[in-house]
Amino acid sequence: MIRFENVVKRYPGEATDAVHNLNLEIESGTICMLVGPSGCGKTTTMKMINKLIRPSSGAILIGGRNIDTVDTIELRLSIGYIIQDTGLFPHMTVGENIAVVPGELGWKKDRISSRIDELLDLVDLNPKAFRNKKPNELSGGQKQRVGVARALAGDPPIMLMDEPFGALDPITRARMQDEFLRIQEKIRKTIVFVTHDVEEAIKMGDTIAVLKLGQIVQLSSPMEILSNPSDPFVSELIGGRNSLKMLSLMRCGQIMKTLSPAEVEEARGSPQGILGMKATAQDALSEMLRTGERFIFVEDERHDVVGVLDFENLLERVNRHGITS
Amino acid sequence: MNFFEFLISRWPTILSLTLEHLFIVFIAMVISVTVGVAVGILITKNQMAARIVLNVTNILMTIPSLALFSLLIPVLGIGKIPAIVGLVAYTQLPIVRNVYTGIMTINPAILEAARGMGLTEKKIMRTIRIPLALPAMMSGIRTATVMGIGIGAIAGYIGAGGLGVYIFQGISRSSDQMVIVGAVLISVISILTDQFLGGVQRKLNR
Repeated sequence: MIRFENVVKRYPGEATDAVHNLNLEIESGTICMLVGPSGCGKTTTMKMINKLIRPSSGAILIGGRNIDTVDTIELRLSIGYIIQDTGLFPHMTVGENIAVVPGELGWKKDRISSRIDELLDLVDLNPKAFRNKKPNELSGGQKQRVGVARALAGDPPIMLMDEPFGALDPITRARMQDEFLRIQEKIRKTIVFVTHDVEEAIKMGDTIAVLKLGQIVQLSSPMEILSNPSDPFVSELIGGRNSLKMLSLMRCGQIMKTLSPAEVEEARGSPQGILGMKATAQDALSEMLRTGERFIFVEDERHDVVGVLDFENLLERVNRHGITS
Repeated sequence: MNFFEFLISRWPTILSLTLEHLFIVFIAMVISVTVGVAVGILITKNQMAARIVLNVTNILMTIPSLALFSLLIPVLGIGKIPAIVGLVAYTQLPIVRNVYTGIMTINPAILEAARGMGLTEKKIMRTIRIPLALPAMMSGIRTATVMGIGIGAIAGYIGAGGLGVYIFQGISRSSDQMVIVGAVLISVISILTDQFLGGVQRKLNR
C-alpha cells in the first residue's frame, strides 16, 4: 500500500504549491489513475514516490514505511518505472535493457537470461526474434512493450507509469491498454498511472484521482466519477454536457441490468442486438438506433447473454450527470 | 632534377623525417586524448569548472601555433619535449569540448529512466553517458589528431624534427621541392588518418 500524508511540493521560486496538502491511499494490487490537465501536479505526485522529486513537507509511506528512511537506490530498484518516451537505452539490446535492474540486484546470469525470455513472452514479443534487437529497430508499440518488460524485470511490487501509451497511435494505444490489463490480471502489481486522457483513466483504473492545481478534487471508482462527478471541473473533464462522450466512457458490462436465468431463456432467439460487456454505452445507443429497438442484450466472453441495457437506462445515466453539472 | 627524382634520391631522409613526425604526433595524441577525455568527463560534475576549462582551452587554441611553440622554448628548451607539450595544449579544445557536450547532451528521457530505475550517478556515467557519448568523443579526437598532424610541422621550427624540417629548410634554401615534399606528405598523412578515424567513428555511430 502507498500512502500520501499531507504531502506538499512547492518548487523554488513558485508562488503556489505544485502539490497541495495531498492525502491519498493506494491499495496493493490495484491501479490508481492520476488524471488531470497539464500542470495539475499528477506527474510531480508520481515522481515523489520514487524520490525523483522530494516533497517540501508531508510523508509518503510504502507498506507502512516512510520512504525517507529507505535508501534511494534500494527504493527505486523495487519500483518499476515506465515513461512516455520509453527511455530505452539505445546502445543496448532489448535483452540488455531488460537485464539492467536484475543485474543491479545481483542476479545470476542464467536467472537473468530466463527472466528476459519470460518477460518478452509476457509482453507478447518473441524472445528469439527480439532479445538481440536494438531499440531503434522497434516500432513505437514494441518499444513500449519492452519498456513494460524492463520495468517488470526485478519483479517490483509497485509500478509507476507516466503516460506510457501517450505517444502511440489510437489503435496501438487501445491494444496496449487491453494487453496491459491482461498482464495486470496475472501480476497484480500496485500501479500508479499518470494520464491526461480521461478515457484511459476510466478504462484502466480501479480508482481514479482527479487532480486540479495540485489538489485531488475527486477520488473514486470510474463508475462513481461518471455518475457522480463531485464538481464542475470533473464534469467538464468527462465531457460536460456532451452526452455522447459520456456514453463512450461507460462500459455495457458496468451499467447493464443483470438478467435472471428465466429472463435469459426468454431473450434467447429474440432479434435484438447483442454486444459484449466491454462495448461502450455509445455502441449500445448506436445499436439501438440501427435496430430500431429500445434495448440491447449484453453477453459475456462465452457469448452467453447475461444482461440487458435499455434506452431509459442510458437516458438516466446521462440525466443524472446532467443534473449535477 | 624533377620532383620524383628528388623523392627517390632523398628517400632515406624523407622516410626518417616522416617516421619522426608520426612519432611526435602519436605520443602527443596519446597524452592529449588521455588528458582531454579525463578532463572532459571530470568537468561534467561541476558547471563552474566546465566553464573555466572550456574557456582556457579555447584561448589556448587562439594563440598562433608558431607563437605557442616559441613561448615554450624559454621554459622547456628546444627539441621533442616542448613540441609534444605544445601539441597537447593545442589539441585539447576539440577533445575536451566534444567529450563534455557528448556527455551533457544525452536525451533527458534516457537519464530519467536510468535514475528512476535505480542506477547510481556513477553507474549512469559508466554504462549510459560515456557509451552514448562515444561517437561525439571520437569526432573530437579525429579533429584534434588531424590538427595535430598539420601543426606538427611547426615542431620542426623548434628542433623537434619531423616533416616540418623539410619545409623550413626548403624555405631558407629556396628549394621548392623540399617544401612541396614536406607539405604533400603531411597532407597525405592527414587525409589517411582522417579517413581511418572517420571509419572508426561511423562504426561507433551504429
